Amino acid sequence: MAAIAASPEDIRKQFGPHLSASVREGLAPGAPPDKVVKTHCCFCGQQCGIQLLVRDNCVVGFEPWMEFPFNQGKLCPKGVKRYLQGAHPDRLLHAYERDPAAPGGFRPVAYDAAIQRVASEIERIQSQYGPAAMACLSGASLTTEKAYLMGKFARVCLRTPHIDYNGRLCMVSAGAGNKKAFGIDRAANPWSDILGAEVVWISGANIAECAPITTDYVWQARERGAKVIVVDPRLTAIARTCDLFLPIKPGRDVALFNGILHLMIRNDWLDHPFIREFTTGFDELAASVQEWTPRRTSEVTGIAEGPIHQAAQWWGQAKTSFLMHARGIEHHSHGVQNVLGAINLVLASGRIGRANCGYATITGQANGQGGREHGQKCDQLPGLRDIANPEHRAAVAKVWGIEPDAIPGPGVDAYELFRKADKGEIKGLLSICFNPLVSLPDNNFIRRVLEQVEFYVAIDFFLNESARYANVVLPGSLQEEDEGIVTTTEGRVVKINPAVECPGDARQDWRIIQDIAGALNRSRGFRFGSPREILDELRAASRGGIADYSGITYEKIEKQYGVFWPCPSDEHPGTPRLFENGSWNPVAQGKGPFYFPDGKARFNVAKYSPPAEEVDAGFPLMLTTGRVVSHFLSGTQTRRIGPLVDHCPEPFIEVHPLLARRLGLAEGDWATAETRRGACTLQVRVVKTIRPDTIFIPYHWPDRQSANQLTIAAQDPISKIPEYKVCAARLKKAASPEPAASSQGQTR
Amino acid sequence: MPVPAAHEFFIDPSRCIGCNACVQACSECDTHRGHSMIQLDYIDRANSPQTVPVVCMHCDSPTCAEVCPADAIKRMGDGVVQTARKPRCIACNNCVLACPFGVPKMHTEMHLMMKCDLCYDRTSVGKKPMCATVCPSQALYFGTLEEIERLRPNSRPIHTFKFGRQLITTKVNMMVPKYARVEHLDVVAAMRQPTTGNTVEDEMLLGAMTTAEVPL
Repeated sequence: MAAIAASPEDIRKQFGPHLSASVREGLAPGAPPDKVVKTHCCFCGQQCGIQLLVRDNCVVGFEPWMEFPFNQGKLCPKGVKRYLQGAHPDRLLHAYERDPAAPGGFRPVAYDAAIQRVASEIERIQSQYGPAAMACLSGASLTTEKAYLMGKFARVCLRTPHIDYNGRLCMVSAGAGNKKAFGIDRAANPWSDILGAEVVWISGANIAECAPITTDYVWQARERGAKVIVVDPRLTAIARTCDLFLPIKPGRDVALFNGILHLMIRNDWLDHPFIREFTTGFDELAASVQEWTPRRTSEVTGIAEGPIHQAAQWWGQAKTSFLMHARGIEHHSHGVQNVLGAINLVLASGRIGRANCGYATITGQANGQGGREHGQKCDQLPGLRDIANPEHRAAVAKVWGIEPDAIPGPGVDAYELFRKADKGEIKGLLSICFNPLVSLPDNNFIRRVLEQVEFYVAIDFFLNESARYANVVLPGSLQEEDEGIVTTTEGRVVKINPAVECPGDARQDWRIIQDIAGALNRSRGFRFGSPREILDELRAASRGGIADYSGITYEKIEKQYGVFWPCPSDEHPGTPRLFENGSWNPVAQGKGPFYFPDGKARFNVAKYSPPAEEVDAGFPLMLTTGRVVSHFLSGTQTRRIGPLVDHCPEPFIEVHPLLARRLGLAEGDWATAETRRGACTLQVRVVKTIRPDTIFIPYHWPDRQSANQLTIAAQDPISKIPEYKVCAARLKKAASPEPAASSQGQTR
Repeated sequence: MPVPAAHEFFIDPSRCIGCNACVQACSECDTHRGHSMIQLDYIDRANSPQTVPVVCMHCDSPTCAEVCPADAIKRMGDGVVQTARKPRCIACNNCVLACPFGVPKMHTEMHLMMKCDLCYDRTSVGKKPMCATVCPSQALYFGTLEEIERLRPNSRPIHTFKFGRQLITTKVNMMVPKYARVEHLDVVAAMRQPTTGNTVEDEMLLGAMTTAEVPL
């Protein structure tokens, strides 16, 4: 499709972002709601329980849900204000077609006509170029039922190998590392195991802003005497009162983990019986970390030797511990190696699979866990099955009622999809719950691809920045307009309950997907009448798989406040803690607690390599990107919620005063951050809480404020996660830009 | 129904992560929708992410009420100091100027002082205040003294504050380190040694600079 004809101002006027400050106008204050719906927050992977107050088919507020055990009423500011996304002036109430003459560049069309247009374009592209010329971009904020349906839709209805999802930008390094080490990809422990840990190790996780509710778990552990170790290039709020802060140079995490393991071995802080009985590969790993002396570790990581010794001693000598990490170590061209390095520390300590001994990655998106288990990844089938494994293909083909050979082979990752589109191999895109123009790295390239694909259909509830390039936009559903399950960061499967009906022509996403299948005359297997029916098929499809959901029902979830998978039968209560001694799993068949045929966990040599782009004279600084507490992901929702925008209206560049002095920058000055891919002019915040050789920009904004203009599209060779957390940059003082550069919404 | 006597409010700034959940939740109240009665500030963002939430301390002898010429601020029998009553408040600003904690705020467009009333609509029916309910770090906590002593063994609550010659006791507690002593700085000692701990941190970061080229 061609470039956008409408002006940014015109698009903003029609489709926002406008700011919603209240949905209660015309409603008497204090009047009782029509109903109170127990559900979960629509944002991050913590999936806090919340009660939505509903009046006149409108979510008008919230009430804490004290009984839900994970958060017990606690909410972050996004959870508090999440209700303001409903009844929003920008809500898409119709299907739209691109029309340069129409206001905002889109003309409302009848829903059925839009579906027909989508089907005829898919047919045209697939008959002209083959089935693989269509690709699906899906999302990890979708319920598991929808994620399952998307995987099935791509393989069975579109018959394309090309489906991938935005968890590719989030969970895949952790997932790949977990599978290599444990044979299963799930947080090993419920969060309650944090409370009794003697040492809490947090690497690359801005918990206070990205997983705020986890804070209280860490503080509770600290009250009981835990030592808290935080590894981060920035002194974040969780690091402020930690016992040991290691200000690591971006992209060097595996070096630190190897250095710590080196000291554990040197001082014999190892659990030999555990290593002997429950693991393999330790000797090779031990040999590989011989070179990681404290001196070398210090040189590479930029952390002094003293704190490295201190961290190794606390970790090595602890009786109980919990290690957590997040995107800070995962968003790297060697993200999987970083994760393996972290897991090696856990396995060498033997502190896993029992109370107060834990390990977890902190998931990002609402369904960051469940969304990566049931087949919307390019190489995966439901139940964490492998699309290249003949047995796995046969098991799923049986449930789907098709021949195993009819399931396409592995596709490519979400970024590679764009490279294929750039090369002309992919001609058509269907996106749902994904805003690649804001969230993918080097997004000037993404824009060029969106401009050149032949057909692009976007399903969303607001017109996100990527959907501006769509030929057809279909009005999907908000989280509160549908039901289904999601799996939280703990591995706890919870139930999203519907609070309101879809407005206007908007439809629940699974209906839209089935309508497209129907218009293609490929309805077989896409005649579900409800999310419950989809779940029933998903349960069957996951039966016997590693992520076995076969015993999970809506009723059991409600009764137990969630069910931890695996849950392989109706009687099974679920599995809060993995890898307990004596536990059974379908891979080991009783031979051991880990998910390999011998039941043993794997040590993996974690190889250090520097970031894809090292600093040099031209680009002497390291740029790292991340999030702020008031916004979520690409900001499609939170940039439309007035009080959240008030709290953080614009992105900024964090700069250490030493660097600021050299560049002549003062607090509030404008500066241009520049990389080999793009430039971005923002105001600086001069703070001592960041390494002087590093600058930080939060990424939730589009267009000229987008940090992803700068980031590098280098990817991990195994997980294909992009290297958002480090690239080479330079910074210089700038004049304040014209007002048009601001994309901040206005109240309508 | 009064707020149960055993339930107290505790503020622990060492836990605060500055997330703004308390401020956002406070502004959801039906009695002051859109206005938060909590102030959340960075102490010195250039040097630290330390933030402190300020709610009304609910003084036993509230200065705001004592200086109010219109008798608009009422202290309830359960110790909760109510916000100004609209029919009485003359928007004179006395309370704003007098409160030693800087809590009352004048809303000139409404000719009304407004401040935290400990979520009286919630606490008087057995619920917790909204801010203490949602607070992700539990820097704001509502419960009994026994609970706080059990949950926070390293801290102790204080509710006596001295401002000049004014001694104030409050219903709301501040958590302070359990074994911290009151240190009075001797000027002579300060002449001979640094009085802040910032140098250590700077050295750590400066060490990091040696491995990177920084533009001139």
